[in-house]
Amino acid sequence: MGRVLLYAFLLLMAGFFLLPVYLVVLTALKEPAKITLETVWQWPHPPYWESFRTAWEAFRPKFQNSVVLAVSATLLSALVGSLNGYVLAKWPFRGSGLLFALILFGMFIPYQSILIPLFQFMKSIGLYGNLFGLVLVHVIYGIPIVTLIFRNYYSEIPDELVEAARIDGAGFFGIFRHVILPLSVPAFVVVAIWQFTQIWNEFLFAVTLTRPESQPITVALAQLAGGEAVKWNLPMAGAILAALPTLLVYILLGRYFLRGLLAGSVKG
Amino acid sequence: MRKWLLAIGMVLGLSALAQTGKLEIFSWWAGDEGPALEALIRLYKQKYPGVEVINATVTGGAGVNARAVLKTRMLGGDPPDTFQVHAGMELIGTWVVANRMEDLTFLFRQEGWLQAFPKGLIDLISYKGGIWSVPVNIHRSNVMWYLPAKLKEWGVNPPRTWDEFLATCETLKQKGLEAPLALGENWTQQHLWESVALAVLGPDDWNNLWNGKLRFTDPKAVRVWEVFGRVLDCANKDAAGLSWQQAVDRVVQGKAAFNIMGDWAAGYMTTTLKLKPGTDFAWAPSPGTQGVFMMLSDSFGLPTGAKNRQNAINWLRLVGSKEGQDTFNPLKGSIAARLDSDPRKYNAYGQSAMKDWRSNRIVGSLVHGAVAPESFMSQFGTVMEIFLQTKNPQAAANAAQAIADQVGLGRLGQ
Amino acid sequence: MRDRILAFSVLLPSLLAVGVFVYGFIGQNLWVSLTDWGKDPAQALALRPELRFVGLENYRELFTGFVDVRFRQSVVNLIFFTLFFMAGSLGLGLLLALAVDRAPKGEGFFRTVFLFPMSLSFVVTGTIWRWMLQPQGGVNVLPTLFGLPPLSFPWLATREQVLVFDWNHLPFYTALAVGLVLLYVAYAAHREGERRRFLWALLSAGVLFLWAFTLGRGLKLLPYPETHGFSLALVGVILAAVWQMSGYTMALYLAGLRGIPVEVLEAARVDGASEWQLFRRIIFPMLAPITLSAMIVLGHIALKIFDLVFAMAGLDYAPTDVPAIYMYLLAFRGNQFAKGAAIGILLLLLVAVVVVPYLASQLRKEVRR
Repeated sequence: MGRVLLYAFLLLMAGFFLLPVYLVVLTALKEPAKITLETVWQWPHPPYWESFRTAWEAFRPKFQNSVVLAVSATLLSALVGSLNGYVLAKWPFRGSGLLFALILFGMFIPYQSILIPLFQFMKSIGLYGNLFGLVLVHVIYGIPIVTLIFRNYYSEIPDELVEAARIDGAGFFGIFRHVILPLSVPAFVVVAIWQFTQIWNEFLFAVTLTRPESQPITVALAQLAGGEAVKWNLPMAGAILAALPTLLVYILLGRYFLRGLLAGSVKG
Repeated sequence: MRKWLLAIGMVLGLSALAQTGKLEIFSWWAGDEGPALEALIRLYKQKYPGVEVINATVTGGAGVNARAVLKTRMLGGDPPDTFQVHAGMELIGTWVVANRMEDLTFLFRQEGWLQAFPKGLIDLISYKGGIWSVPVNIHRSNVMWYLPAKLKEWGVNPPRTWDEFLATCETLKQKGLEAPLALGENWTQQHLWESVALAVLGPDDWNNLWNGKLRFTDPKAVRVWEVFGRVLDCANKDAAGLSWQQAVDRVVQGKAAFNIMGDWAAGYMTTTLKLKPGTDFAWAPSPGTQGVFMMLSDSFGLPTGAKNRQNAINWLRLVGSKEGQDTFNPLKGSIAARLDSDPRKYNAYGQSAMKDWRSNRIVGSLVHGAVAPESFMSQFGTVMEIFLQTKNPQAAANAAQAIADQVGLGRLGQ
Repeated sequence: MRDRILAFSVLLPSLLAVGVFVYGFIGQNLWVSLTDWGKDPAQALALRPELRFVGLENYRELFTGFVDVRFRQSVVNLIFFTLFFMAGSLGLGLLLALAVDRAPKGEGFFRTVFLFPMSLSFVVTGTIWRWMLQPQGGVNVLPTLFGLPPLSFPWLATREQVLVFDWNHLPFYTALAVGLVLLYVAYAAHREGERRRFLWALLSAGVLFLWAFTLGRGLKLLPYPETHGFSLALVGVILAAVWQMSGYTMALYLAGLRGIPVEVLEAARVDGASEWQLFRRIIFPMLAPITLSAMIVLGHIALKIFDLVFAMAGLDYAPTDVPAIYMYLLAFRGNQFAKGAAIGILLLLLVAVVVVPYLASQLRKEVRR
């Protein structure tokens, strides 16, 4: 009996979670004129596949930008985060706790507040309009959360391991390479998934700090939904296409994500 | 004679060819409006093949995202060569008073636009003796849409005043139509408000609201809110969740009888819903506003410090020309700002609108940036929210006046 | 020793970056919020705007000005949204984790389904949920597919509020709330035997209560009553946000549950503990650090929430206003950059009020260790 209830609950919840996805797919397959409030839940006869092609045409030039942006920013973020976390967890100095708190507090600033000064700064150092300028911005604003994840993760690694390596003669980077790094894979996965998702989906910085040749696909997605009379099949198809890479990351790395969280990166 | 013409032609042609460099056009047109801009760009490229045209469009939020990007860039000293902006106070109250735009009177004189555009429009885009943008299209705000077949079925006629409207509304409610007026989210409600205001105040007092001569707390202006409240009783209660297209859909499906919306609704009904203008759907001026054309216009200006100034000026020339406007507008679903455009290129609605444009009294729209600066327009949503929450005309009037005082409405003066 | 210097220098670039890009800009925001940038259109977008220092004028207007009633409602909205969003995400995430943990089959499938919404952007989520919550279509129509009458809750279109209070009573309620917290601190101090802290807390609580019931009652922030409350239109937004983020909390809790040593649970069961006691005394406390970590992440998402509300209700809908939206409007549509900056600073202060005491207690714990 308990078993049945359990599965009933899980299936019900799965339905709740999948319902909106069903709606997106449904709408993406309809012709614009058939998208009305009355027929919201009805399956189209016949399915209209054009939307996907149109959306893909709009995305294609910007897809590469998004990939370059998300991959490089995620890799850099992970590197920076792991080094920071290592320092804060294994090499504490006076005031390091306070510095960590200050880094963390910076996470809460709303992006709209800093848009103007950020733009002026990026322009003054010549990185405005450049894709790598956007990469830099994402790495910097990702520092708080990746540092948090890595620091918590590394604080679970027993100090004895570090001591043992130090007695053997290893220095700062030696310990990092031989003790810390091999144990870090799960944390890297957590950071990779989180940062990839955030950066892939981010819009405000993407639209302000780039020129048309360096825009990622979130801008193209917004273009699809633009205009005074929105043809909803297009942005829905676009959303599905845009979500595919992140979905792929989740399906492939999902298992490791859990392991990463399990291995202590979650403790406060 | 021929040699002389040939020589001139060669010089002009060569100078056109000689134009190189880039041209960055900043706008928020996308989706259905994209093809119109692209057609104009193609025309430009034919004339100036050496110029690289960058179509920098930023969509989303009815232009708010574009405004955010534009303002960020302008503050950072990186203006685009030209940008789309609503003609009138939206441009003047934000950019002209801050000395960011070049005066285009010279261009208007060169191209003969002082005669090609109606005087009412020129007045709206002038300030302190200068003219600040080139209008490319005209949309009308005060239009009422309905389906003639449905009205015949219900046995009613399109009302000519708001009193008639309220009476028709009662009749329709008794026939079982719960909400004879289809309405959408907040800005469409502001859009409805300005049609009501124009009818209650008349065009002169409408203008007086914006030049500071009529206060919002004046009993005449408060009356607008009273009428508006009664009109809202005829509208659907779930308006807040509907886009303007979904509100139009209600009329098309026979769930509502009337919808007050700008004439992009015609574009929606013809292009997306594939209805025929005049036969399947019809229009009339909003009740009480016959003979008045409440306009809004997309236009292009020339920011000071534009990197490719000559290319931008050539773009402006094209945008204000008969050829340019008659290429752009049929695709966009609006009408040309010029008085001499060719009616054959437009559909039934366009032709009717053109006739009105040439003969009606012209006033500017509030919601779409013609008569009030952004600092006021942006906060008008708050005034509307206060009214919708409290249903109190005096409270709304007080709020509107408070905001007007805060932003110095009418101080900007001509 | 050389290693210590190396360690610090590895951290240095991040410190510098955060110092400039976060704190530098916060400082600039603070400065701008104390000027009048935006009041005069001739100055707002000029190439080199001349700013005048006006002190706390913008803040005063935000809290007591007539036209900024939307700001005050947006703050109330934010508090309610944050509370229910966090409670909903944590609660649902925990339930899902408990269920998935015990289900032998299909764990991979369920886990992916629940985690999937996180990969979408808030804009997409907001757009879909806006449709689903249409009063005349979407979710309300679902029961009809099963032959039941349709639902009639207006979701986003409702203007109803519950827990309505008058803004002028805010100082009174705030004093009461802080007083109660102080009473709790006094009680904890008494239990730990810290006499001085106990007395101080008791005294402060007493003073606050005294003030609340005498002067606090009469303090008028605004010249007229202004009602605010928990706007029911937020329910739709909270639903969409919980849908998006409970997969994340579920993953956290699942990992945490797996981290509890089986022997501890077995031993407790052998000692005769029931499932419920197991949960309350062992599992729940061991999940506390996870809850805290999740609260930080969820809290920072809630505070900055913009895209979701924008996609679901647009920019001009007061019942679902949040400060980030109002700030965007003020700055980028109304050109009031100084006031927009003031809102940004206020949001940070709101965070500080919660985060700083927590950090202080953490630091104190570390020192004690």
